[in-house]
This record gives sequence, C-alpha cells and structure tokens, in this order.
Amino acid sequence: MLRIAVLVKPVPDTASGGERLGPDLRLDRQAVPAVVNANDEYALEAALKLVEAHGGEVTLVSMAASAGAETLRKGLAMGAQRGVLVSDPTLAGSCTLSTVRVLAATLREVEFDLLLAGADTSDGGGGVVGPGVAALLGLPYLSYAAKIEPDPEARTVRVRRISPTGFDVIEAPLPALVVCTQALGEPRYPSLKGIMAARTKEVVTKSLADVGVSPDDAGGAVATTKVLDASKPAARAATRVVRDPAPAAAKQLVAFLAERKVV
Amino acid sequence: MAGAIWVHGEQAPDGSLARISTEVATAARALAKASGRDVEGVVIGAKPDAAAKELARFLPRVRSLTEPATAEHAAGTIVAQRLAALVERDKPDYILAGAGPEGRDLAGALSALLGWGVLVNATAVEWADGPVVEMSAFGGKLNTRSAFTGGHGIVTIRPNVVAAEPAAKPGKVGPATIDGELRLPKVRVVERVEEAGAAAPIEEARVIVAGGRGVGGPDGFRLVEELAAALGGAVGATRAAVDAGWINYSQQIGQTGKIVKPQLYLALGISGAIQHKVGMQTAETIVAVNRDPDAPIAEFADLVVIGDLFEVVPAVLAELRARPG
Repeated sequence: MLRIAVLVKPVPDTASGGERLGPDLRLDRQAVPAVVNANDEYALEAALKLVEAHGGEVTLVSMAASAGAETLRKGLAMGAQRGVLVSDPTLAGSCTLSTVRVLAATLREVEFDLLLAGADTSDGGGGVVGPGVAALLGLPYLSYAAKIEPDPEARTVRVRRISPTGFDVIEAPLPALVVCTQALGEPRYPSLKGIMAARTKEVVTKSLADVGVSPDDAGGAVATTKVLDASKPAARAATRVVRDPAPAAAKQLVAFLAERKVV
Repeated sequence: MAGAIWVHGEQAPDGSLARISTEVATAARALAKASGRDVEGVVIGAKPDAAAKELARFLPRVRSLTEPATAEHAAGTIVAQRLAALVERDKPDYILAGAGPEGRDLAGALSALLGWGVLVNATAVEWADGPVVEMSAFGGKLNTRSAFTGGHGIVTIRPNVVAAEPAAKPGKVGPATIDGELRLPKVRVVERVEEAGAAAPIEEARVIVAGGRGVGGPDGFRLVEELAAALGGAVGATRAAVDAGWINYSQQIGQTGKIVKPQLYLALGISGAIQHKVGMQTAETIVAVNRDPDAPIAEFADLVVIGDLFEVVPAVLAELRARPG
C-alpha cells in the first residue's frame, strides 16, 4: 500500500500562445485556458503506475486561484483519488518562497509515503519548489528521477537520478520527496469512465488560514521578488530560405555558418 | 559595510569546477564592481580544493569547505545546509548559482532554509540597488526584469548567457569550517553509472545539432551525431525523438526537457512546435533543414534549407570536410 501525494500546478496553456502579463506585471491567468503543468503530469502518471503496482491512493496537492479546482479535475480523471487546493486572494502575486511555505504547511495535514513533484513548471521554470518543500518538511530529497522503485515493506525508495554523465542510483527511507522527469513515461489520457468518476471526487479547497500560514509569511504583499518591467525581445531577422538542390544548398548553409563564425 | 555577493562553486561529477560556475563567477564580479561590494566563492564537497582553486581564477577570494558526507550521499541538500549555516554566520546579502539541475536543487533548499527569495534562470544580471535579473518568459515572447524586495536573495543563472572571463590576477583560496549537525535526512548513493557517449551537459554546448521526428529513426540519428561531431557540437532532440527511443532524455530540448542558448542551433527534421521552440528560440543562430516549407520553424529560423535532410546533411558534411584548415 502506497499513499502518494503529487504536487500539481495549473499553468497557462503554452500551446495557446496567448500568455501575457496583466497591468500589475503579474501573470494574467484569465488570458488563457489553464492546463495541468506538463512535468506534473509525468509525476502523476508515475504515481498512478506505482499505485497500480503496489496498491494505494493518489492525492493531488495544489496552490492556485480558485479556478484551479477545474484543472485538478483532469488529474482526478486520470485516476487520482482526491485533490487539495489551497486558494486565497492573499496568495495572488506570491513568490516561490510563499508557494514553498504554503505547500509544505498543506502537506503536514496530508498522509503520504511518497511525495512527487515535476522537474519544473512551464510558467515559473525555476525548479526550486520541490527542493524547498523537502527542506521545510525535513524529507529526503531525490531529484530528476528516471525510475522510481519504492519498497513499501522496507519503507525505502530507490531512484535512478539523471546525472550529467549518466545516472546515480540513490536510496532513502520513506516518506520522501521525488522530483519526476519525462523519462518516467508518457501520461495517460483520461478515459470517459475516468472523466465521469472525476465529477464526484472530492477537491477540498483551503484558505491560507486553514493551512495555518500567516499572511506575514506568504502572499503577494510579502513577496520576496517583484517584476520591475517587461519588454518584447528584439525580433529575429527575416528567415533566409534556401530551396536549391542538396549540393548547392549545403554550400550556402556552410557559408552562412562561416558568416556567423560558427565554423 | 554592505553584505558580500557569494558564488556557489559547483562541482562536476569528476570533482572539477562545473563550467557554469566560471560564468556565474564572471557575472558576480561585475555586480561586485558595480556595487562596491565584496565578492567571494564557496565550494562545498568531499574534495573541494581543486574546484576552489579553479574558481579562484575568477574571484579574489574562494573558500573551500570539506564535507565528507557528499562522497556517499546526494549533494544538493547537504551543500544547501552547509551553505545556509555559512550565510547565517558570515552574512552575505546575495548568492549566485547556476541554473542547471545541481544549482536548482541547491537554490530551492537554500531559499527555504534561509527564508530568502530566489530569482531563477537569469539571462542577464545588472546592479541597481541590488541585483536586477532579466529572464525570458513565456518561451521567449517576453523579457522581464525582476528584483528582490528585501536586501538579500538567491539568483540562478542560465548556462551560456555570460562569457566566462578570468580575473586579471588569481584570487586566494582558504578553508572554511562550520560546525553543527546535518539536520535534513541524507540520501545514500548506491551506485554511480557512467553512460557511454554521455557528453558535457547539453545546456553548456556552444553548438547543438538536434533531430526530430523527420530524422525517421535511430539510424537517421547517426547522421545528426555525425554533423554534431563535425561541428564540434552536442546532439539534441525533440520530445518525439526521445519518446520514440532514438536518443536519451538527457538530450531533450523543450518545455519538458532542457532550455538551451547555444551560438548555433541546427535543427534537422524538426517542425518547431511551441513545446520545442520554448527550449531553443533564444539561440543566437538557428539553422533548419526541413522538407516542409510550411513548418513553424521556417518562420523563426535565421536560415532554412527546404529539402531532404538525408541528401542535405551528407552534402554539408562533404562541404565541411572540403574547407581549408
């Protein structure tokens, strides 16, 4: 039996191409539809596979605007049993440190053997929330997993961690936090049955006070970082198109590389 | 006097200084000059001395802290705890680290332990009452500039955005010691496995030749590898090529892979879908070979050859071989 909690973030759909900042220089979350962060889907898929193999259940944990509950439904449709969403107007404009504190406080009330997180998010991109949550909760931290092998009897987990030159096999006692990568395998599509079942699954919404975090420690008003300004990057020059047969095209390609001083 | 700027000296698996740290150190030196603050490097590990000495080519002062636990345990959390203790004792104001996997693990844990903010994936850093950090948002559609609201913070800097430059004269290396237990649980390393063909981290490569679905299979990828070797570059791939099993996930570029900024990105059989584009569009020069003139990559590449990569790439290889020198 494995109880697995998965950190999930609703993010703007990058495929929409419509992401923008609001006048307050915060991400305008109304501008585009939200989806489950792609790296979190790999974590969720890994969790579902582990539960299929060992028995147990999966709880989604998220901090987001209240509309995030709808995004969590997709994770429930994939097969998670329940969701916990921390949503509070105070949290708009939070920094990553606030997110780390809120998620850690929320997880203190969730029972789990394994806590899974995605490698980073498509909107924030820092990859710092996972290690931060592990540090606050005092959990063993196993990052960049390409393979997760828990041993519920021995209460340990073994992870294949991608390293710059190959991989490390690392091991720690449960409960532990594992950061997941795409190497764990393609996320499943929700089945029709799963989508139907998700409608009746529970998403518990909690406020900042519910999770016991003071507004002095988390939220937009006490953010540790702020965006000063935003600008469009310089446009790339027009594309040079070569349609000649291979030998002539290759000559132009190499001449272009020489022009750009890369050969 | 205002608190110093510290550089985390990251160690490569062989114990040498990771290249990213030479770039981070160069950026930190510029901030120190602009702010009149001290700048110092810290290397923490089981054998930190060689990396510390290398880092001292870039910084006036480097301290090495010997932490035996990282020999047999995952380093990130351990290094973060030691660094946090050093910070609490010596009171620097800012810490700069690389934005690769090791730097992220460190920055996340350090931020939580110190209660400091973190600005991530800097593409440029300047000084204006504190570090002002430029980042690329929404897959390169927007550049934002951010700052810390308090007087301290952690910055992670992307590889290849700063040209590493040694200091005019090498700095001094000295030991650092810090007492206290490692409070957070250790993660034991059971085995370290080196994979054949594992190259330098792809984020650090100056030239990347990448293949996508259009490469057709593992045999086609030999062509990608051959061109990468001819250009002295690394091999990259799209998610489709990785999912198909043609190449390792460590080489994947894009939303769920690596974000890269090489001097040259040469895309073979890659359509340029948004999920891939976000990982490579800030490359200085983008060249593509694609059969489909309507592929999205034809809109943002600097040069696109419309043609069959199995004809064009061998011709390019022949052309490169024929070049003098």
